[in-house]
Amino acid sequence: MGSPARVSMGDAWSWRVHPDMESERRRPSFDVERLTNILDGGAENTALRRRVESIIHSDPEFSLKENYFMSQNEHYEAGVKKKFHLQMLARRLGWSEGSRELRYAFRAVTGDLALGLHHIFSKSLQSLGSEEQIAKWAPLCDQFRIIATYAQTELGHGTYLQGLETEATYDADTQEFVMHSPTLTATKWWPGDLGRSATHALVLAQLICSGARRGMHAFIVPIRSLQDHSLLPGVTAGDIGPKMDFEYIDNGFLQLDHVRIPRENMLSRFAQVLPDGTYVKLGTAQSNYLSMVVVRVGLLLDEINPLLEKACVIAIRYSVIRRQSRLRPSDPEAKVLDYQTQQHKLFPQLAAAYAFHFTGTSLRDFFQESYGAILDRDFSLLPELHALSSGLKALISEFCTQGAELCRRACGGHGYSKLSGLPSLVSRVTASCTYEGENTVLYLQVARFLLKSYLQAQASAGSASKTSLPRSVAYLTAPDLARCPAQRAADFLRPGLYTRAWAHVAVRLIRDSAHQLQTQMQSGAEEHEAWNQTTVIHLQAAKAHCYYVTVKSFAEALQRLDKEPAIQQALQRLCDLFALHGILSAAGDFLHDGFLSGAQVDMVRTAYLDLLFLIRKDAISLTDAFDFTDQCLNSALGCYDGNVYERLFYWAQKSPTNTQGNPAYQKYLRPLLQSWRSKL
Amino acid sequence: MAVTMNQDLRRERASASFNPELLTHILDGSPENTRRRREIENLILNDPDFKHEDLNFLTRSQRYEVAVRKSATLVKKIREFGISDPDEIMWFKKLHMVNFVEPVGLNFSMFVPTLLNQGTAAQKEKWLLSAKGLQIIGTYAQTELGHGTHLRGLETTATYDPETQEFILNSPTVTSIKWWPGGLGKTSNHAIVLAQLYTQGKCYGLHAFIVPLREIGTHKPLPGITVGDIGPKFGYDEMDNGYLKMDHFRIPRENMLMKYAQVKPDGTYVKPVSNKLTYGTMVFIRSFLVGEAARSLAKACTIAIRYSAVRHQSEIKPGEPEPQILDFQTQQYKLFPLLATAYAFHFVGAYMKETYHRINEDIGHGDLSELPELHALTAGLKAFTSWTTNAAIEACRMACGGHGYSHCSGLPNIYVTFTPTCTFEGENTVMMLQTARFLMKSYDQVHAGKLVCGMVSYLNDLPSQRIQPQQVAVWPTVVDIDSPHSLTEAYRLRAARLVEIAAKNLQTEVSHRKSKEVAWNLTSVDLVRASEAHCHYVTVKLFSEQLLKIQDKPIQAVLRNLCLLYALYGISQKAGDFLQENILTDTQVTQVHQRIKELLTVIRPDAVTLVDAFDFQDVSLGSVLGRYDGNVYENLFEWAKTSPLNKAEVHESFYKHLKPLQSKL
Repeated sequence: MGSPARVSMGDAWSWRVHPDMESERRRPSFDVERLTNILDGGAENTALRRRVESIIHSDPEFSLKENYFMSQNEHYEAGVKKKFHLQMLARRLGWSEGSRELRYAFRAVTGDLALGLHHIFSKSLQSLGSEEQIAKWAPLCDQFRIIATYAQTELGHGTYLQGLETEATYDADTQEFVMHSPTLTATKWWPGDLGRSATHALVLAQLICSGARRGMHAFIVPIRSLQDHSLLPGVTAGDIGPKMDFEYIDNGFLQLDHVRIPRENMLSRFAQVLPDGTYVKLGTAQSNYLSMVVVRVGLLLDEINPLLEKACVIAIRYSVIRRQSRLRPSDPEAKVLDYQTQQHKLFPQLAAAYAFHFTGTSLRDFFQESYGAILDRDFSLLPELHALSSGLKALISEFCTQGAELCRRACGGHGYSKLSGLPSLVSRVTASCTYEGENTVLYLQVARFLLKSYLQAQASAGSASKTSLPRSVAYLTAPDLARCPAQRAADFLRPGLYTRAWAHVAVRLIRDSAHQLQTQMQSGAEEHEAWNQTTVIHLQAAKAHCYYVTVKSFAEALQRLDKEPAIQQALQRLCDLFALHGILSAAGDFLHDGFLSGAQVDMVRTAYLDLLFLIRKDAISLTDAFDFTDQCLNSALGCYDGNVYERLFYWAQKSPTNTQGNPAYQKYLRPLLQSWRSKL
Repeated sequence: MAVTMNQDLRRERASASFNPELLTHILDGSPENTRRRREIENLILNDPDFKHEDLNFLTRSQRYEVAVRKSATLVKKIREFGISDPDEIMWFKKLHMVNFVEPVGLNFSMFVPTLLNQGTAAQKEKWLLSAKGLQIIGTYAQTELGHGTHLRGLETTATYDPETQEFILNSPTVTSIKWWPGGLGKTSNHAIVLAQLYTQGKCYGLHAFIVPLREIGTHKPLPGITVGDIGPKFGYDEMDNGYLKMDHFRIPRENMLMKYAQVKPDGTYVKPVSNKLTYGTMVFIRSFLVGEAARSLAKACTIAIRYSAVRHQSEIKPGEPEPQILDFQTQQYKLFPLLATAYAFHFVGAYMKETYHRINEDIGHGDLSELPELHALTAGLKAFTSWTTNAAIEACRMACGGHGYSHCSGLPNIYVTFTPTCTFEGENTVMMLQTARFLMKSYDQVHAGKLVCGMVSYLNDLPSQRIQPQQVAVWPTVVDIDSPHSLTEAYRLRAARLVEIAAKNLQTEVSHRKSKEVAWNLTSVDLVRASEAHCHYVTVKLFSEQLLKIQDKPIQAVLRNLCLLYALYGISQKAGDFLQENILTDTQVTQVHQRIKELLTVIRPDAVTLVDAFDFQDVSLGSVLGRYDGNVYENLFEWAKTSPLNKAEVHESFYKHLKPLQSKL
């Protein structure tokens, strides 16, 4: 069996699948293609995705071959070039903004495109702009007559929005806003595409009108000339210099020196400044958060989780090719994936990638349900949506970052080579822990929501009229077990049992955090100080809650697969593994109030180790099902055919360090070696 | 240049409860060591030949070139400065060259020592002088494309030909290509190659051979040698890690290092007396790596803690100015346990270096008795400290928020330079399993009625426990969470229990399956856990013993708090083990959490001074965020402006791609 032409690299080694890889695929326990369809949300989506991928991969403009050898400047130029070609292609083929086709194209080019913030601008415009503003700016944006970015963070200020210093002072005489960076720390810092590309920026600034500060609002500010791209008067902007990754993006800085923009440039779906300077509020204080929610929900499935999925594909494929030491003296060296320690490193990551796929999908569904209502100024679901998207963004980015790094290290020395593809995945996913809301801050926002819900549940517990809690925290009022009923290891393979175990721990931690806060306040601390003195437990409670949500939505998604028993079984093991790995990592929390006994923790450990063994035989199929093409993995270790070493050797030889001579020899090594020659 | 110090940092330093200079002396070992270290540092830092350009703005090939230039200069300077103690060269050179990775480093760290250890007197005479003077540049080629830590799996062959009295070096497969050795790609002209020795039709296992790679004078690869750079990596841009493929390449018989094993001219193989001695080099390098872990973490903590004292964000109290982020409990909880870890690892590193030297003397007297334990201990501690440090550097970086992701913070560099420590010189999991093997052996010895000594002596207590009908009930739950000594005891119990569990599970698997190897594999997760618990115990023990040696009261007090924090934080992270084994009660674990929070508050006023005591010069930190003077934002802005990317206001891409995009759509 050769490798399917669709996913393969199509190079000299693709024609023959490595026998160690072939043997892994010989007797799959389920239909891999069906699982791919499920992940794509239907066979027709899979077909469409593959069509798009083949268009992209057959176009040399989108080749990723040189990616590991480029300088920052070259990366940037390639990013802009690819973006340009993709827009042309999209126009020719009628792929519209927000279409599945473009999403799939984004996946195929592995996201290495400039002008990503342009779309964040669009989304923000859609959620924060009035109808007239959308009608004016959206076409300019869609047709790239302007290139826009979203400028929020400042040199001295990040996630805490109220701390931003940039000012927008309304001048009623001219009906303009005066945009100004009053200090060095007010310099906008980090926004993508700002350094060299953008012509306009959506600047978040403190609104000052009629002498009063009105908090953060969003303003469209032209920054570069539409004629020659030079900076407009009063604008200072540039690139912020080299980073761990994202070299194709010109993250930038921006200083505004009393730059004037018309009144109409303030986005005004939820708040307006009338010509005379009267401030009119049309939404809640939270409405400005809406665009962040939109962005976070999109990131989970399109950017963050795929990075972990790819890391798993590469590490697991490599682990069936790499052989090391012997399991039995008479055998050949064993595949490293047959070592329990290697399974223990990799399978929890694979399980997490699947868990996040299904959790992310249910979050997206919930988001789509509630988004329309919010745009119509019905904010009842916004707090829950905000808490869920913040919490899951924090949990998923944290786990994906640790997971990708574990995958990288599980490949030993070769995982350190960029040619493995893993360093880029790691350095890219790690940024997600701080961008779009620093994780600790996000967890603490979730904690506030949990505390509020908990107090609400307490208050309604006695009364007859029970106010219903938001769906994701409904378990706060569910009857709780004091002791886990498991008798034997196999009992821990029941989703109902471990979901309740997670619920128990989350509830206990939320209760503890409420009590600790109360105790602090009763002993005289002011509320904010009491909060700061108890944040460690709030953090723990929020994390346990997010883990519970993930376990629960993964388990629920699998229940719906009852028509696919083989797939259901394979995925069920991953769900079990995800839940149990979490329990073992936080065993102290489960033992703490005697919910689990020591003997039960031993059962969890036994069940966990047995699962590793069961997942082993499905490992390659489970990674194949993600259906990443070789081009888009761009890894010498992770190709579908498993011909690792040949490709690694070949790619290394193509490195510019081998093809472009060695000036250092002539300049420094030769003189150093001279004395030797004279002796000969 | 008179630079004013950031007000926040000035206040932090004024509030310290101890004199950082005295703590620096303790860290260095003595005031004399501090003086000497600074002397050498200043020689390097004040020397225009070592001008530190900002590597972040250079391409990989430029970085390599800078590194070669500095390497070459370094050789001359070491002679000029009169630094001759090999220890000083090794420790100090590494220590003070920023993230300086030397393409010729392997010549000194591997080529020369291997020659010293394994070469005959004649070989040393022939090669040593020219290698030390860099008249030849050598490297050490062990790992292959398909083979790493498992040495016996290496495929490169050296077949003896008695006709010509030569060895024929050959890379028979793709997987046998030598891969990764530093300096191999472009710099070195010789390598010590590890290969399977074949003579008289028989394989005698791995031996070391000196192989010339490049022609003297032209630097061109010799016929039969394919050599080059393995391409871009996560870090180590300055290093030309290389590949080497040999096609029936002949070298004279004398090029085999023959101090121990020998091949006679007629091809007769003479066995070495003892192979334990090769442990010596490994132990040295691993103990060095533990010190590296401590230093890398100390740098990361310095940057993150100073920046956290300068950065203000959000509000604790409504209406008040934004507080320093170091005042947030979550930030303290992220950073202070790591600071405590940096101190803990420093003392572990110092202990190992000391032990290495002591045992090295014993070896000199022919006493090899302590070597197996030391070997087992260094393997585990190398893994334990490097895993922890790896995660901790990342945590420091993330604690700096977005700016941590920029190269201006220096943290990405520290991370990518450090992280290979988890895989090189023995992959960590393999290292942990080596320690586990020693633990299991010791456990078996105790079981057979013998006593074991050294760090594993706690296993001697186990059999008596086992006689009791309800063994867990007799574990004393009298841990005093305010006493480092008592906490050491708690860790000791945990280690003993986890070793016992692993040993029992191993026995169960053996009784169920046929092969010992399979049983070992099916217990390996437990075995790694046991090793980690052992290493964790050793670390807590060494840290708490260190406290007794400190005279200065204020310093002893502050280090005692760090030691408590280190031990208690570990308990809170591994609470499951302590609860499950009834070493601590629920109530005590709750107290542990509470005590940690109190310690955070106690350490807070000393935090900046505690990182100052590490005594890193700014240039050696390579970080805008971690500057001693705390003037972060001004310098960050300047740094960005000097980036070559900002040379032209309008980038050429605008004309090539953006303008067409705007007009064509």
